[in-house]
Amino acid sequence: MSDNAVLSDDYTPDRSKMTVSETDVAVEIKNMNKWYGDFHVLRDINLKVMRGERIVICGPSGSGKSTMIRCINRLEEHQKGSIVVDGIELTDDLKKIDEIRREVGMCFQHFNLFPHLTILENCTLAPIWVRKMPKREAEEVAMHYLERVKIPEQALKYPGQLSGGQQQRVAIARSLCMNPKIMLFDEPTSALDPEMIKEVLDVMVGLAESGMTMLCVTHEMGFARKVANRVIFMDQGQIVEQNEPEPFFTNPQHERTKLFLSQILHH
Amino acid sequence: MANADLAHVRSEEAPTLPAPVSTTGAIGWMRKNLFSSVGNTILTFIGIWLAYSIIAPIIQFAFIDAVWTGDDRQACLATQEGQTVGACWAYVKAYLPQFIYGRYPLEERWRVDVVFVLLVFTMVPLLIPSLPRKGLNAILFLVVFPVVAYFLLTGLVIGDNVILPIVQTAQWGGLLVTLVIAVTGIVASLPLGIALALGRRSQMPIVKLVSIIFIEFWRGVPLITVLFMASVVLPLFLPDGVTFDKLLRVLIGVTLFASAYMAEVVRGGLQAIPKGQYEGAQALGLRFWPMMYLIILPQALKMVIPGIVNTFIGLFKDTTLVLIVGMFDLLGQIQSSFSDPNWSTPTQSYTGYLFATAIFFVFCFGMSRYSIFMERKLHTGHKR
Repeated sequence: MSDNAVLSDDYTPDRSKMTVSETDVAVEIKNMNKWYGDFHVLRDINLKVMRGERIVICGPSGSGKSTMIRCINRLEEHQKGSIVVDGIELTDDLKKIDEIRREVGMCFQHFNLFPHLTILENCTLAPIWVRKMPKREAEEVAMHYLERVKIPEQALKYPGQLSGGQQQRVAIARSLCMNPKIMLFDEPTSALDPEMIKEVLDVMVGLAESGMTMLCVTHEMGFARKVANRVIFMDQGQIVEQNEPEPFFTNPQHERTKLFLSQILHH
Repeated sequence: MANADLAHVRSEEAPTLPAPVSTTGAIGWMRKNLFSSVGNTILTFIGIWLAYSIIAPIIQFAFIDAVWTGDDRQACLATQEGQTVGACWAYVKAYLPQFIYGRYPLEERWRVDVVFVLLVFTMVPLLIPSLPRKGLNAILFLVVFPVVAYFLLTGLVIGDNVILPIVQTAQWGGLLVTLVIAVTGIVASLPLGIALALGRRSQMPIVKLVSIIFIEFWRGVPLITVLFMASVVLPLFLPDGVTFDKLLRVLIGVTLFASAYMAEVVRGGLQAIPKGQYEGAQALGLRFWPMMYLIILPQALKMVIPGIVNTFIGLFKDTTLVLIVGMFDLLGQIQSSFSDPNWSTPTQSYTGYLFATAIFFVFCFGMSRYSIFMERKLHTGHKR
């Protein structure tokens, strides 16, 4: 990540750093279906994510995009089809779920920081209790990532004392402390004020430049253009269209994609 | 209006000024809170009058007209016509050992004192957050202290050697019984209540059902019934030759009773934790028990501190009910002293009840203040 505190608007991330593996599969979802009671929320989802890919998932609210990425670390259970993450198939086996959750980081719309712990404790908790890392080492790792998201000076404060943008950056650092292979973002900027969105996106751009495999549910189309190598459009529980960002935005094929893009881009 | 009036550019910074004098300090406070309107002023004076008319007679009775020294009832009787005699503190002084130890044998009472001292020395450091070694302290208070206290209070006989003579629990009484029941009940009902609350929210149907039945049963039965069952009915069902101590039975009854209430208080706290906290913990790879221990319970318990302490205080005061099964706690001991002709005076019972009130109030108010202290201590700024 570059050293300037805030990337300028016309900063173009260096795509040459973002290499996508040809052979190494990070996530593979095959014929996945999910129901809430009788309601068919996810229908026939097929998605193969290679190591190093940055995927942006967009779509109208209720289209199932959050549900889909939450299936990847088993915050939601799928009923049909298969999900293989980092070579491990997700089943009811708690051991496998644990293994996958150790390798997959996640950031939420409402940050979900632990309000009773300091920023530093938020970051060291999982390395100490899940990875069994010594406390001192965990704190060093935490400070490293807090510096990377540019808030090391807040380490001893509590989440309630930070702004939304700072909290979300802490949440990202907290995930990174587990040294994940894949990062999931579930609308990370939707709950933020406009001036804070940028500081979070900057961190995410930096993360992409470091070669992280990312799946982001977001409506930040600028981010999608700059960083994503693939944009997925979902509607009514299905993947309707996917493409590289440039053709996706300039030449959408499906009617629903066209409608959606016209609504979010020309307002 | 001319268009030019709509445009405005501030040319100099407005200075920050101190607040007007009449809105700050003691006078400002009184003006705002006591005399803000005619109605409020009238209410203030009525309040002052009410407080005066209640507090003044109590002070008159308890301190000004009180008798502080004396050897028997003569000291607390009016010596001349028209003299008013207040509280007979000489009687409380004479009876104080009984109020504290009950009928515990005189020569063994040092053992009770040692237990009280140990209780203070193991519990108080645990309650002060800034003191170190909480883990060791907790072991001392929760494991070592109960064992030591048990042998000190009941006695210790190894083989034929009487190290500490046995004292039957029937001889215990007064503050000792009150504290034994209250401390045991408080310390045991909290973990049991947490377990029941988790059980009631469990995904496992059997665990859930058992928890619900347990909680609803104990909440549905009056404590007096529980005590009667424990002391009178239960022995009928035990096989011949099997007896266990009445105090122990009462302890178990009180603990289970309090734990059912505790469970519902804790469940309230668990329900107030947003789903995101569970998801945040799970996404980091935390399993169920670490998640509960590190993330969910600390927040849930903090939120329901007032409810928990409420249950504790209720339990503390409910210890007085053991009187009906023939055990003499502090209040029971005080009441039984009323039958002593040596101290029988018109003000004896008032004095005794006033003393009981003061002692119970000190304990309960102490718990209440401590809970407020902990709430402030654990406050970490805004939610999320």
